[in-house]
This record gives sequence, structure tokens and C-alpha cells, in this order.
Amino acid sequence: MKTILILPILLTLLLNTAYAETPEEKGLAIANEADKRDTGWTDQVANMSMLLKNKQGDSSVRVMQITTLEVPGDGDKSLITFDAPKDIKGTAFLSHTHSLTPDDQWLYLPALKRVKRISSSNKSGPFVGSEYAYEDLSSQEVEKYKYKWLRDETLNGRDSFVIERFPQYEHSGYTRQIVWLDKEMYQPLQLEFFDRKNSQLKTLEFLGYKQYLDQYWRPDSMQMTNHQNGKSTTLSWTDYKFKNGLSDRDFDKNTLKRAR
Amino acid sequence: MRTYKQYLFLFLIASTSTLSYAGEWSGFAGLEFRGFNQTAQDTRQDHDTNFSFVFEPEYFHEWDDGDQSIAFVPYVRVDENDNERTHFDIRELTYLKVAERWELRLGIRKVFWGVTEFQHLVDIINQTDLVENLDTEDKLGQPMMNLALINDWGTVDLFVMPYFRERNFPGTSGRLRSIPETRQDRSQFESAAKEKHIDLAARYTHYIGDWDIGLAHFYGTSREPRLLFSIDSGGNPFIIPFYDIINQTSVDIQTTKGNMLWKFEALHRSGQGTTYNALAGGFEYTFVGIMDTALDLGVLSEYHYDDRDELSMNIFEDDIAIGARLAFNDVQSSEALVGVVWDRDNGGKFFNIEASRRLGDSWLLELQGRFFFNQKRSDLAFFVSRDDYTELFLTYNF
Repeated sequence: MKTILILPILLTLLLNTAYAETPEEKGLAIANEADKRDTGWTDQVANMSMLLKNKQGDSSVRVMQITTLEVPGDGDKSLITFDAPKDIKGTAFLSHTHSLTPDDQWLYLPALKRVKRISSSNKSGPFVGSEYAYEDLSSQEVEKYKYKWLRDETLNGRDSFVIERFPQYEHSGYTRQIVWLDKEMYQPLQLEFFDRKNSQLKTLEFLGYKQYLDQYWRPDSMQMTNHQNGKSTTLSWTDYKFKNGLSDRDFDKNTLKRAR
Repeated sequence: MRTYKQYLFLFLIASTSTLSYAGEWSGFAGLEFRGFNQTAQDTRQDHDTNFSFVFEPEYFHEWDDGDQSIAFVPYVRVDENDNERTHFDIRELTYLKVAERWELRLGIRKVFWGVTEFQHLVDIINQTDLVENLDTEDKLGQPMMNLALINDWGTVDLFVMPYFRERNFPGTSGRLRSIPETRQDRSQFESAAKEKHIDLAARYTHYIGDWDIGLAHFYGTSREPRLLFSIDSGGNPFIIPFYDIINQTSVDIQTTKGNMLWKFEALHRSGQGTTYNALAGGFEYTFVGIMDTALDLGVLSEYHYDDRDELSMNIFEDDIAIGARLAFNDVQSSEALVGVVWDRDNGGKFFNIEASRRLGDSWLLELQGRFFFNQKRSDLAFFVSRDDYTELFLTYNF
């Protein structure tokens, strides 16, 4: 009878060896797990302020509201409405994001009351003069990158996976990114960006994570430092609200036209 | 007979009670300076520099979880030299109700239709506030009922417009006006109801993939008047604006292919002299991050055509427009646009420069230059051929 018990154990050992995870598989598995854990929040409303600083210490502020709709199986939909600087107050930006094809994007210009479909292939350009590119702020779908687990490491006292990821979008501004993903939250603690020449461009640090609805971790602040030009942009998030009952209707061109 | 201003006043009184709710104010105040390169064609246009002050506050209040709101945007300009340019308008005074499948708007507001850049051919709901700027992008508030029906297959907007706004024209001493002067107080209408003719419009908009389309029909008072030469009792020539009742069907399409935007607008209009067609079409291509910088350079070109034989009210009869747009993507949101419109019929050229940059957090400085070359007497643009100007406009935004 003993052999019958041992056989499955032996088989398991054998299979494990045969299927030893490559660093690429491990990286992808971690990305999938992170995605799974951050699924089901349906929609999110939050206020964001951006503090832009240059080397000389001059600063400038942007204030906006961001609403996001979770779209299963595709990129999320988002609506950004600006409150400051005041000369662009009421300007709104509607984006239906997709993983690998260009997003659908419309801009609303309140002075002319004009809705303009805009080119979205430029995901690498700066967002409102900040150190964030559009692609840094758009929804993080698993398919957007290829992954490679590098090592496990402790960052600021937190156990994390260190994963290298390679953007699959042809017009991305980066060759690769290195992400420190917290093992408990499955959320990024730090991201390093490498430009098209593969030199280090920017570092993004995520600070002050809080858990919402007993599941979803969101940072209070995100600090982006550009190593090449010495500028930085700090995002501060407030008033996160989830499951507000939003639908596609809240992310159409009609809604864009009355954004305030 | 009540004038439009009296109606406005009544409307204002009626809505004052709602304004006592908590809401938010924003807006801007600005100082404009214009310098003209040459003396004007008419000696009564006796100034080469001009200052102007503008103020546009905006009140907004929403309730019912944002499904109901009111907006109030008065506008005033005080001009140094032109009495007609000194004017007051209600740009917006609207009640909005939003439901899942429809949106209802009651009151005065502005609506934009179209996709092209050098001319807004199919845009017809609002009257142009011509004393503001030649570019016709400034509009007078239009009283309306507007019901938008929202469907999976697109949005249908229905408009009922119970009151027509006459175009305003620069006064005797104003620059950038017709020679002789166009007199708003001598306006004539095809309809016996004059400005109380009820104008109607319907528009369908939808997008499929990277195509955005709009189809529209307008029936009512033409926003663009025909200009009729006349002589007053003192023997002085002047121009009468004549407003026909027209039917206009239009289409506007944009397709967005990567960094390339293709744009097309066309219309068919009857009721204003001979039935005619007009079209505008072209492209805009953006070079992103030129020379490894954050700068974006857009190049755009459009062709504009209007098949009217008679003197067209439109300066775009058979014209090619070429432009370049530079976005610095910097903290001050600096940008610049240069353009030239070339009339293929008579060789006239129109140059345009626009640039803007934020100063600090609340100030915005805008530069504008408009220059006319080689304008022929037969062309509408001849009126302003000595009115080349450069403008600086500084606004404080709150």
C-alpha cells in the first residue's frame, strides 16, 4: 500500500522539476496575481493635485478630478476634469484605453464648447507639462508588458518582488521599467524608467498606501523624479471613492461636454 | 414690443432666486491691446492703437448628484474707440437636466459643431460676435431648448430657438469693419416675425472606431447675413444686413489614424440667393517629441470651397490654408500657431499668428497677429486690407 501513497508525491516532485518556473513565467504570474487582486472595484472617483518643481525650486500646481470605470477584458475608461491652473479650468479629457492599440481620446475645450478627437498614439508625451507621461497614468493592463522576475528584495523594510517589464506598445517612450512590487499588497512601491536609449530616466515612488473596501490598496502620494533634467512632480490623491454606480454613460462624449 | 435686452432682464430676475444657492464662481478679466500697422481706409477710423477691457465671470451650481445644474456666464467688453465693440452679452444662462437616455437644456448657451480648424463651416447655432474678433470663434449666447436623445446608435440633438441674435458689426470709428459701414440698426429680415422667427435644428452624432461623424439640418434665420448696399437720406452709402430664411444640411467627419487626423465638412444651403454648396477638408499631422525634446509640431492644411458666383459673405471661396502648430508641453503650456490662407482665385493672402503662455499660476498672455496681403477690391477681405494688427491680451483667471 505504501507505494500507492508515495507515487503521487514522486509524481509531484517530478512535475515540479519539469515545470520549474522561468523568470519570465514567474514575472507574468506575479503580474497576473496583482491584476487579479485589483479587480472588481467597478469605478473610482478621486481628486488629484500635482506639484511640479524644477531644479531652481520654482513650482506650479495642477488640480483635477479623475473618474475611472473598470472595463473587464480591455483598458479602463477615464475622465479627467481640470480645476487649476484656472486658465484651463473646465478643460476635460476623456480616454477609452486599450492595451495594445491606440486609445480613443477626446478633449473638451470649454471656451469654444468644442469636443475634439485627438491623436492618442503619443502615449510618451508629457502630461500637462509634468514629469508624468500619458502612459504612466493610464490603466495598467497585464498585456501592456512582457515580464521578467529579477530577484526578491527588501525595500524600505517591505518584502518585495523586483520585476523587469518591457512595454509592448510600439510608441512607448521606454525600453524597460523595473518595478518593486510589495509582496503583501501586490502594489508597486517603486518604479524605475529607462528611456529609448536604455539610460535611466525617472524614478517613481509610491507613498502612504491605504486599503479601501478591505481589498484595494491606493497610495496617498506618488513622487516622480526625473534624473536627466532634475525636475520632479508629486501627485497627491484625496477623496478616493469606489463603486459609485458609474456606467459607460458617464464616460461618453455627452458627459465630456458637460464636464465642469 | 420687448427687445432682446428686456427679455434677458426678465430671465435674469427669474433666475436670481436660484443664484442665491451655494455655487462656485470662476472666470477671467483681461486687458487687450491692438496696434495697427497702417492708417485705416476711412478717416473716421481715426486710431492706430486701441485698448479694451473684458470681464467674463462664470457661476455654476449643481445638485441632484450633478444631474441638475445651472450655469450663468455674463460677458462685458469696454472698448477705447469703438462704441459698438463696447457691449454686454449673456454667454450662458442655462438649466441642465441629465437622465440616463436624455439631456435637456433650457436657456441661453453656445453650441459648437464641426472639425476643421481654419473655418468652422457647419457651425451654425450661434451668431458670431464679430466685434470681438475676425476669426468668428466668439459667439453670442443663443436662447434655446435643446433635447439630446442618447442611444447606442448615436446621439440625436433637437433644437428649438425662439429668438434670433443679429450679428453685431464694428461702429463708425471701429477698425476691421466693412467700407462703407454695416448698420445693425437697419437690419432687414425675410420673415415677418423678424428675430422672433422660431428656428429649428437637428443633429446626429456618433463615433465608430476612429471615425467621428455628424449630420445636421438647420431651418431658420441665416446667422450669416447678405450684405446689401444702400444710401441713407443724407446721400451716404451704408450696408444693410439682410437675414434670409434658409435650409441647410451639413455633414462633418473626422477620422483619427495614429498621428494623422483627416477632417471634412460640407454643406448644402438654400434660401439665400442661389442654392449653393460649400466644403472644407484637410488634415493635421503631429510630429511628436521633435528632435528628442518634449516639443510637438503639428502641420495642417485645408482646402475651402464655396460655389456661390456672387460676392460671397464668406472669405473662403476657393482657398488653400496651411499652418503649423507648436506645443512646448512645458509648465507654462506655451504654444504657437502660424497659418496662411491663400485665395486661389485672386491671389489674396491672409497671415495669422497666435501664441500663448501662462505667467505664474493665474495669468495668461496671448499674442495675435493678422496680416492681409494683396487683397483685391472684388474680395470681401478688401475691407480690412489696411487693418493689419498685432494684439497682446493679458488675462487674470480665477
